[in-house]
Amino acid sequence: MLKVFKVFVIVLSTLFMLTLFAHAEEVSREQIKGLDEQVQEIKGDVLSIAADLNQLEEKLLYPSQTQIAMFVSLADGEDFRLDAVTIELAGEPVAHHLYTFKELEALRRGGVQRIYTGNIRTGGHDLQVTFTGKSAAGGDLTRMEQFTVNKGVGPAFVELVLAQQSITFKDR
Amino acid sequence: MARFIALIASLWLASSALAAGPAAPRELQDLYFGEALYDAYQGEWFDAIARLDTELAQHHGLDQPELDTLYPYLGQAEFDVGDFELAYRMHRRAGRAITAVIEGNVAEPVRNAAIYRLARIYFQKDQPVNAQHALERIQGEVPAALRDDLAFLRAQVLMANGRFSEAEPLLQTLLDASELAGFASYNLGIALIRDGHEEEGHRYLDRTGLLDDADPASLAIRDKANLVLGDKLLETENFSGAKEVLDRVRLSGPFSNRALLGSGWADAHQERFDRALVPWTLLAGREVTDSAVQEALLAVPYAYGKLGVYSKAALLYGNALETFGVELDKLDASIRSIREGRFLQALTREELTQDANWVVRLRDLPETPETYYLLDLMASHDFQSALRNYLDLEQLRRKLTTWQRDLDAFAEIIEIRQDYYQPLLPEIDHAFRRLDSQMRLRLEQRDRIAQRLQALLVAPRPDYLATAEERIIRERLAQLERKRGAAVGPSDNFEARIGRLRGVLEWNIVTDYDRRLTEAHRDLGELDRCVEQLRQQYAAFVRTRQAATQSYQGYDETIRSLQLRIGSALERVAPLLARQGHQLEVMAENELTRRRERLAEFQVKARFAMADSYDRAARNQTRKQVEP
Repeated sequence: MLKVFKVFVIVLSTLFMLTLFAHAEEVSREQIKGLDEQVQEIKGDVLSIAADLNQLEEKLLYPSQTQIAMFVSLADGEDFRLDAVTIELAGEPVAHHLYTFKELEALRRGGVQRIYTGNIRTGGHDLQVTFTGKSAAGGDLTRMEQFTVNKGVGPAFVELVLAQQSITFKDR
Repeated sequence: MARFIALIASLWLASSALAAGPAAPRELQDLYFGEALYDAYQGEWFDAIARLDTELAQHHGLDQPELDTLYPYLGQAEFDVGDFELAYRMHRRAGRAITAVIEGNVAEPVRNAAIYRLARIYFQKDQPVNAQHALERIQGEVPAALRDDLAFLRAQVLMANGRFSEAEPLLQTLLDASELAGFASYNLGIALIRDGHEEEGHRYLDRTGLLDDADPASLAIRDKANLVLGDKLLETENFSGAKEVLDRVRLSGPFSNRALLGSGWADAHQERFDRALVPWTLLAGREVTDSAVQEALLAVPYAYGKLGVYSKAALLYGNALETFGVELDKLDASIRSIREGRFLQALTREELTQDANWVVRLRDLPETPETYYLLDLMASHDFQSALRNYLDLEQLRRKLTTWQRDLDAFAEIIEIRQDYYQPLLPEIDHAFRRLDSQMRLRLEQRDRIAQRLQALLVAPRPDYLATAEERIIRERLAQLERKRGAAVGPSDNFEARIGRLRGVLEWNIVTDYDRRLTEAHRDLGELDRCVEQLRQQYAAFVRTRQAATQSYQGYDETIRSLQLRIGSALERVAPLLARQGHQLEVMAENELTRRRERLAEFQVKARFAMADSYDRAARNQTRKQVEP
């Protein structure tokens, strides 16, 4: 009986495996490959549209003479948990961001987040940056600092480097 | 076998890709490159590529690219964009980008790193011969961080090309490489077995199966090695050895069901049915959609039957029959559900795509019964590729639809700007031209004054610095002289007085000359400051004036062209999405149909075995009643 049952199960399993591969081959291999190539092609086209659209958007909405872009990064080796960042420009709140785990990990690995893009006049503008989070020891963390952005004729790029103890302002 | 090797390779490639990934430079000066990395680190490949493409295009369009902040990272950016394209499953474009690096004027280690990436693409795309040819082009210095990975890829490619004996020494050298813990020894075991050295191969699989590492990828390869070795030992009828090896597989891992089933068979083959019941009973209580669990539902009563407990066996066969009936209904419902399009709806649920463990979560959704039986299929490379393509196409469709709306909004913005600026500009331009001519006149005057003052430093001319009052006095004296000349009779007194006054005037002009010259220079400096301010205001006006025009002029062609391209892309995405979706549905339906056929056969078997068990139980009962 054992032999019979074993043979039955093995035959069934083999048949199952054979049909599995046979079906997969017959249904998909060539079709999957053909379709995949077409998908790759359309991806390339849409990426090219995205690049042109990026340039159009920047030129139309944020012309260089008034453009200001603010970026957030984490200082090297920081292990505090960043929860949120709030930015006020000339007394007006312009950006507020709550961080997901993935975003925080991306910042920790050296990624730079563009948190705000807008338009301002040339000259000096007050900038207030606040962030909240948890320190490495587990305590609540809130830090707020004020800076002045000097907007010249060209676009202003501001990098805010966050650390548990400070916020560094880099005007580029 | 090649498929099997590829699966294991993909497991390693996936883990190594996650571990390595692009690394951010320590001090990143180019913020937009940093933004591309930020997107890439979150797996947002489309955004990362679009951003980096834009940056690279702008960089290459510059007159002096060496002054651009991207310049120091150019090599890395070009490599990264290839990696991002690879991660976004654009193998052809990634291949072209990497080939461009290889054919460019680059250092030997960079070139070799690029060839390695290209070979990896070929290998992933199931083109081992091309991968082999690419690897053969690697010569000279290889980046230190890549050496082990390169050797491992060489070995995998050789194995995929059936050159197992050549792969073996390469894998031997990698046995102590910590990054490849388990993967090298597993592959070595497989290579040896395929090369005919069964026993030695078993030794390396055994070694992998005893790996002491808590890393999830290492645990998975350890379980896999134990399962493969266990199956091999079962085939060679080394049942006790198979049992020992299969019992090493974690009870919670993805290979545990098959290991429990094999472990039971190892006991059953040794006629130890009571022991076989331990793993089989455990397995029979698990998720019933798994094929190993379904087999266990038959195996448990079979073992009871062999132990002579026919009534229990009959009851359990009955239970199995009932379960199979329910599952067959579920499979029928699932097939119907797929045909009604609910499968694709489930796959594109937003909350699921946010979850790394989404395939498992999918099973928990009560409204998607079709996914219950598809876990194995979903884990397969082909299905994964097709599914990722479907999700990518869906993402492209959403993006294109949003962009279409954005472009409409842009066109409206432009129209509003034009309506605002166009009536204002002629009057502004008229006023500007008037002010511009006045300004030019004043600037010319300023230049003349500056030239004169400069000349006075070389050749002093005090009369040039006479005040307006002094000039009037001088004129009046001249008038008086002319009047006197016309009058009758000379007067010595008059001429002397005129001469004295003229003398006083000249005296003042000459003696005060140095002070006046200094004052004139100081006044010119003040004038220059005003002129500079004027120039700044002038430039600011010109820029603002230009910006006003540029805010609505020159966009028509770009917007029209983008609208056409987006429309055309949408027209292409829609049928591709439908075809890709259909392909997924067909794959899923085929899988469910296969599972249904298998279950139906199990049902027949259970029905037959149940009847047989009841017969035997009845005969036993009769025998007991007859026997004194």
